[in-house]
Amino acid sequence: MNRRQLGALAAGGLFGVGLVVSGMTDPRNVIGFLDFSSRWNPSLIAVMAGAVAVHASLLALLARAAGGRGARLLPPRNPRIDRPLILGSALFGVGWGLSGYCPGPAIVSLGFGARTAFAFAAAMIVGIIAGGLVPRRRAGCEAP
Amino acid sequence: MLTGLVGGALIGLAATVYLLATGRVAGVSGIVAGALGDREARGERIAFLAGLVGAGLIAAAVSSPASAHPYPTAVLIVAGVLVGTGTRIGGGCTSGHGVCGISRLSIASLVATATFIATGAATVAIANLFAARPTP
Repeated sequence: MNRRQLGALAAGGLFGVGLVVSGMTDPRNVIGFLDFSSRWNPSLIAVMAGAVAVHASLLALLARAAGGRGARLLPPRNPRIDRPLILGSALFGVGWGLSGYCPGPAIVSLGFGARTAFAFAAAMIVGIIAGGLVPRRRAGCEAP
Repeated sequence: MLTGLVGGALIGLAATVYLLATGRVAGVSGIVAGALGDREARGERIAFLAGLVGAGLIAAAVSSPASAHPYPTAVLIVAGVLVGTGTRIGGGCTSGHGVCGISRLSIASLVATATFIATGAATVAIANLFAARPTP
């Protein structure tokens, strides 16, 4: 295992612990956030706020430390607001609302040994392959 | 709320570690797609996913996380296909658009996040109307 892979393993472990600690691996918390009724559970907002505050601050610090070379730290981004962005995100939201699982928590739940998480993950992989066959959005670092 | 903030902070730190280690955005849907795809950078993506599963294993060893999903497997299979297809077409999920994109002040990621929260909330509202499944 090389250094990049070790770093990625550590990042994945930390990411997964963050998801467990924040309660986001429990689908009831996610569905509770999407349920804007009297039962509304806002904890997902705290998770997003904590994650964005730390990540954005660290990106700013790293950019400053790198001086003029800071721009090269981040891969280029795709700024276009296009049809695949909207259509894909809309489909994802329906699946997210039906299950309370997004990709990260679903993968962590495999470690819980939940049979339902395996069914979800297998279906998600089928969907990822299917989504690769139709016109889709490219990340900034991919060729269009 | 406090556990949410602390867990979120760990996620933000993890996304930064992944970026520094690999030069890539820590979007889980993109990492899964990449782990299935080109051979060149497959190893680091598989390593990240192994870290996620490892965190789940550790959590299951030290506590008893809610592992049984409240909904029927058939619903989860439909949902899984939608999540996989949608994140692939839309170029990201809660982590890639929601955390990393918004941290970079990407308007496109903000629009994506608003879109999936809106359709997710609409789905939950419709499901509640039918009440064909147990309420969580």
